[in-house]
Parts: sequence; C-alpha cells; structure tokens
Amino acid sequence: MGLKRRVGFFAGLKYRGGGPMWAWIFHRVTGIAMILFVGTHIFASFFMQQTGSDFATTINIIYESWIFQIVVVFIVMFHGLNGMRIAILDIWPKFQVFQREALWLQWLIFIPIFGLTVFIIVQRAISGSS
Amino acid sequence: MSSRTVQPGLSFEYVMWIFTRISGLSLILLALVGAISAFALGARTQVDLPTLIRWTFFPNPNHIVNSEIPDIALGWANAFWQVMQILIVFFGVTHGFNGFRVVIEDYIGQSIAKPFIRGLIFLFWMFSLVVAVYVVLFS
Repeated sequence: MGLKRRVGFFAGLKYRGGGPMWAWIFHRVTGIAMILFVGTHIFASFFMQQTGSDFATTINIIYESWIFQIVVVFIVMFHGLNGMRIAILDIWPKFQVFQREALWLQWLIFIPIFGLTVFIIVQRAISGSS
Repeated sequence: MSSRTVQPGLSFEYVMWIFTRISGLSLILLALVGAISAFALGARTQVDLPTLIRWTFFPNPNHIVNSEIPDIALGWANAFWQVMQILIVFFGVTHGFNGFRVVIEDYIGQSIAKPFIRGLIFLFWMFSLVVAVYVVLFS
C-alpha cells in the first residue's frame, strides 16, 4: 500500500470529509459501543441468572434504565441503518455516486422511528409506568 | 465509467468482508421478524414498548418478564425462537467481534501484538457463543 498512514490526530481533524466521513466515524464508535454495552449486558444477565450476583444486577439496572435505553436504541439503529446503506451500495456499486443522497435518506428513515421511540420512552418514564 | 473485472482470491479478509454484509443484512431481517412477531403475539394488549424493543433485539423469554403476558409458553417460548436466538447470537457475535478486530488492527498495524490480540478476540468469541448457546438452550 502506497498510502501514507502516519497522520497525527490533529492533522486528521482538519480533514473535511463531510457526511460520509462522520457516518464512518459514528459507525466505528457505535460498533465498539455495542461490543461494550451489549457484551456487558449479556454477561451481566448470565451471572445474574446463574449466581444472582449483586454487581451484575446493578449493571443490568443501569442498562435497563430509560436514559440508557435511549442511548442503546440510538446506537443500534444508527449502526443498523448505516450498515444497510453500506451493504446496499456495496452490492450495487453504481449507486455509489448517490452516497450523499443515500445518507439523507438514511436520516429521513432514522429520525421518525427514533423520535417516536424516544417520545414513547420519555412519556412512559414521566408517567412512571416502566 | 469503465469497469474492470477482478477475481479476488479467497482470503480470510475477503470472506469476512462478505460475511459482514450478509450477517448485517440478516440481523436486520431477523430483527424485523422479531418486531413483527411481537406485534402479532400481543403488542396491543400485553406488550409495552421497552419489551417490544428488547424482543426485537433478542427474542429471549427473559426479555418479556416485566410485561403482563399471562402465559409465556403460548407462542413466546418455543423451539422456533430458540433457533432465532441462536441465529441472532451467531451472526451478531461473529459480526461484532470481527468488526472489533478490524478496528483494532487498523490502529495497531503490523505489530508483534497482532497474533495475541487475534487469539484473545477468538477466545472471547468462542466464550460468548458457548455462554449464549447455554443460556438459550438450557436455562
């Protein structure tokens, strides 16, 4: 590879890739966040069920709180929709020229679904019914 | 735009690149099946939104304990959902740990730690699959 890869952090910040660049960054960050949060939740649930550990129960209480649920829904839905855009554009590469339009479409799908979910979760949290 | 045909060799990275796409699309499909089934099984009367979301992510009977479902054995806990859970776990865990490996290897490059990190991620992957299959089948 003839690419010059040793680009410092602050030099990297000056790169103006726009929407697709931020989608790439968010895709990585949300992916790692999912490994971290969902992985922790899976192991906490396992130990909660098998040993009844207090620490695991505390982790799951935090994970299942409505604020954290909003974060998790955002992470999973963004990663899913963005991954779908990537996969579709990889299957039909001639649509790559429309990748910025595809990003707008992605947010157009994301915002109503996420907004409705947040509205219902917050509404239920305020009224106190789980 | 002129295109050229390239016959890629069947390398590990190439197979995982394809697998990432296929498993990602499969996970979306599995989530849709889960969400639609949760609506069909009683969203109007018995299932609240958090339960619906949990069921969409992972259709495990432990995910509906907070709902007012009178009988979980009626539709919610059966072999079909066990197969669905194992599919979701296999696709999700493999997709996730492979993506984690790709991100890490992007930043460490060709380092002496690479085989150790690969081995560690492989162990985590195997451990997660074993734990998940145990939870799905035997608890």
